[in-house]
Amino acid sequence: MSRERVSVFLARRSYRRRRMADAARLLPLAGGVLFCVPLLWKASDEGARTVGAMIYIFVLWVLLVVVSALVSRHLRHGDGEREGEEGSGGGGME
Amino acid sequence: MTVLNILVLVCMLYVVLLFAVAFGADRAARQGRVRWLRSPVVYTLSLSIYCTAWTFYGAVGFAARSGLEFVTIYLGPTLVMIGWWWTLRRLVRVGRSQRITSIADLISSRYGKSNLLAVLVTVLAVIGTTPYIALQLQSVTLSFSAFAAFAEPGPPVAPLADMQSTALWVAAGLAVFTILFGTRNLDANERHHGVVMAIAMEAVVKLCALLAVGIFVVWGLAGGVAATLDRIETSEIARFEVSGGRWVGLTMLSAMAFLCLPRMFQVMVVENEDEDHLRTAAWAFPGYLMLMSLFVLPIAAVGLEVMPAGTNPDLFVLTLPLMEGRDGLAILSFLGGFSSATSMVIVAAIALSTMVSNHVVMPIWLHYSGGAAMVSGDVRNVALTARRISIIGVLFLGYVYFRISGGGTALAAMGLIAFVGVAQFLPSLMGGLFWRGATRTGALAGLSAGALVWLYCLFLPSFGPSVFLSETLHAEGPWGIGWLRPYALFGAEGMDPMLHALMWSLMMNVGAFLLGSLLSFPQPLERLQGAQFVNVFDHSGTPGGWSGGMAQSEDLLIMAQRIMGAREAQDLFSAAAARQGVAGYLPEPSPDFLQELERALAGSVGAATAHAMIAQIVGGAAVSVRDLMAVADETAQIMEYSSQLEAKSQELARTARQLRQANEKLTQISVQKDGFLSQISHELRTPMTSIRAFSEILRDTDDLSAGDKHKYAAIIHDETVRLTRLLDDLLDLSVLENGQVDLNVQSGTLGALIDRAVRAAGGETEHFAVRRDHEAERVDLSTDLDRLAQVFINLVSNARKYCDADPAVLSIRPAVTGDQLVVDFVDNGGGIPTEMQAVIFEKFSRIGETKAGGAGLGLAICREIMARLGGHVSYLPGQTGAAFRVSLPVSARMAAQ
Repeated sequence: MSRERVSVFLARRSYRRRRMADAARLLPLAGGVLFCVPLLWKASDEGARTVGAMIYIFVLWVLLVVVSALVSRHLRHGDGEREGEEGSGGGGME
Repeated sequence: MTVLNILVLVCMLYVVLLFAVAFGADRAARQGRVRWLRSPVVYTLSLSIYCTAWTFYGAVGFAARSGLEFVTIYLGPTLVMIGWWWTLRRLVRVGRSQRITSIADLISSRYGKSNLLAVLVTVLAVIGTTPYIALQLQSVTLSFSAFAAFAEPGPPVAPLADMQSTALWVAAGLAVFTILFGTRNLDANERHHGVVMAIAMEAVVKLCALLAVGIFVVWGLAGGVAATLDRIETSEIARFEVSGGRWVGLTMLSAMAFLCLPRMFQVMVVENEDEDHLRTAAWAFPGYLMLMSLFVLPIAAVGLEVMPAGTNPDLFVLTLPLMEGRDGLAILSFLGGFSSATSMVIVAAIALSTMVSNHVVMPIWLHYSGGAAMVSGDVRNVALTARRISIIGVLFLGYVYFRISGGGTALAAMGLIAFVGVAQFLPSLMGGLFWRGATRTGALAGLSAGALVWLYCLFLPSFGPSVFLSETLHAEGPWGIGWLRPYALFGAEGMDPMLHALMWSLMMNVGAFLLGSLLSFPQPLERLQGAQFVNVFDHSGTPGGWSGGMAQSEDLLIMAQRIMGAREAQDLFSAAAARQGVAGYLPEPSPDFLQELERALAGSVGAATAHAMIAQIVGGAAVSVRDLMAVADETAQIMEYSSQLEAKSQELARTARQLRQANEKLTQISVQKDGFLSQISHELRTPMTSIRAFSEILRDTDDLSAGDKHKYAAIIHDETVRLTRLLDDLLDLSVLENGQVDLNVQSGTLGALIDRAVRAAGGETEHFAVRRDHEAERVDLSTDLDRLAQVFINLVSNARKYCDADPAVLSIRPAVTGDQLVVDFVDNGGGIPTEMQAVIFEKFSRIGETKAGGAGLGLAICREIMARLGGHVSYLPGQTGAAFRVSLPVSARMAAQ
């Protein structure tokens, strides 16, 4: 329960784990932005083609699945939860 | 016609398989073989109830009408799952630590266990889900009639009446399945292994079906990937003409609905076995969705090209194989749609029935029944019945909705409309999880505002003009105020109606939620719950510590018996007592125990009701130092330290109390032992003295008359008989204690045994009546009847001697529960004081000062006898007077004839 002073520099393992948690948080944001990219294509001369957008979306989808699988492999249950909360914002303010 | 017959047969077989899988999984779970039931794969597959028949058939229709836009329905959930670290992890942790039973329960728990909020959420969920169930029924009947149309060309063979009977059969079958496997246990927090397993299987079936159709279309009909892409390029949907607003709006909407749909909440949070499963689902479920949508566009494009104009694109998945004469593939595809529809309806019905029974039926019932029911499991039966009736009610509502709407196109739009409805939960849900300042008032205001705008702008107009809202109101607004037109609120004209309603309802919702939260002041319980939810990873304990005194344990037991059933409650209490190192049924009402009890009750009747019931008895939650800690975070470290000291000192005080109790008990026993020894010496001495005196007279006096000699010898004889009896008792006890006793097993009925005991104890008089249940006494026994009779005689004569009521009435209540024969002896007197309950079974123990002159060995002998017979005798608190319970294992009695 007690919140001891955490040292500024962490061991390599827990450092990596924290960055993985950051990556897990970033992934949906990146995905959301990237999924919207085809909307920009309309600006070109005669409009975007469905086939192109479809290939783009599905390739991106597969990539997201793969990256998500890689990231969550490093986030075992019970790891880094305490430190995870410090960065999530919102928590603890009233 | 044969294809149709085969279809019906395959359907029947499939349903049988479904029941078998559910039954097998339930059985395996009962036998403890749950490892494979708990795998993350099963969890991931169970999430697939997101893909209903609306997505199975409708996605292709959606794609045929608006091209790639359909994919947004899957992109939202994909992003939510990939972003599990943000929300789902927290949601699941909160759900598990608070034993949440539904989304209504979660929101009500967060905002101070308010039942009003729970009712609001429940009503909104029912309004949003009923049409969705109707949609599933429609999809099954539509696909069935599509089959019928192909099987028998010519005039349409499926008139409306036929369709409706199909829907009725499907609804009835689903109701049976859901009641059978979804209401096994009252505790909604326990896992429904059977249901989850069946859903996982259906997930596989629908994925395989869609993939099979897709592969057939791409490589069978179109002739390879490149050719398929060419076909898309030349079809009507070749141009990517998606409005940015709809693209982003639909993605957000589906993401919100994914979190808020009651059925998703059920599988994602309530049925979750292990938080770690999220890690797998985080990538596996997006993969599943990707596969589900991979072939949608090709099927749509090929369908548009091949099928005659005017064919319903919603059924391309089915009609394409049929058209090509691939009956087997068509049947598989039908099963896929059938699976999607049934799994959604089953889970939705479970989720809704839990909400309706816990938050609507139970509070009303408890309010009206008051404290009428004392010791019985009646609340439990009411709750289970309420849940079953709710399931039937929800499915019936869905069917009625389907009948009334006539299965028309109005239903097809229903999917997105329902999404917007449930998305109204999101601000309160997310606000509650991330913002400590969110209050009950805010949540109420936000939910009501959002729900009203949704009803007015989207739900009611969806029935078509002049059904609920008149045509003039649509065109000119109420009272001619143009700003209030349902499709152009505040002058927002020309927007897509769905986006329009989504935007305004969420804006109003969030606005009212924030404003209400900022302006109101939360109650202590809300603040505690808020801290517990927001900081769930720091404090995984429970909020609202209870503090109570010893006297309340008995009241708590009485209440718990009403809800959980007498046996379960007694088990829970005695287990807790054993953990605390206290003998008997009454644990100390420590904060930990009260929390455990509240959780156990919450699993049955929901958090709000459970909290209210405990508060009634204990008299309000005390805010413990540890909980205050969570609120006042600023001085965390100092207060943490002192709170730990506080907790330690509390624990010390508790230990000291227990030690004191043990010491008191020892002292009491020691005093009793001294008393007994002096009593024994006295009892031994008196006969000894007269034996000595009279034998000396006989020895020393020569001229005794024959009459005197005989008299003195008789006195000596009587005294030795008395001595022998006393020594027999002592010997009996020591033999029993040392286990050197031979049991003389005989057969007889319980009734005859009780007859004998009552007679031997002196029978009934005008001051002493015995009330018996002759029906329940018809149990055959095979045990040492003489020993058992000795116990019964002792208990009956104790009641006769010590019961202080006039007339004294002793009730003898036998019952067979599970593997135990239980006989309760309950009298109507003042009972035994709590402090004496601990020692009455000790040797030499007598209540009061030898009023009736026993040696204090009776109950001790009883206890030893019962131990030898494999059962036990114990004092049963919480009854009308003194009550003793004799339990005997089932092996000692034969099954009743």
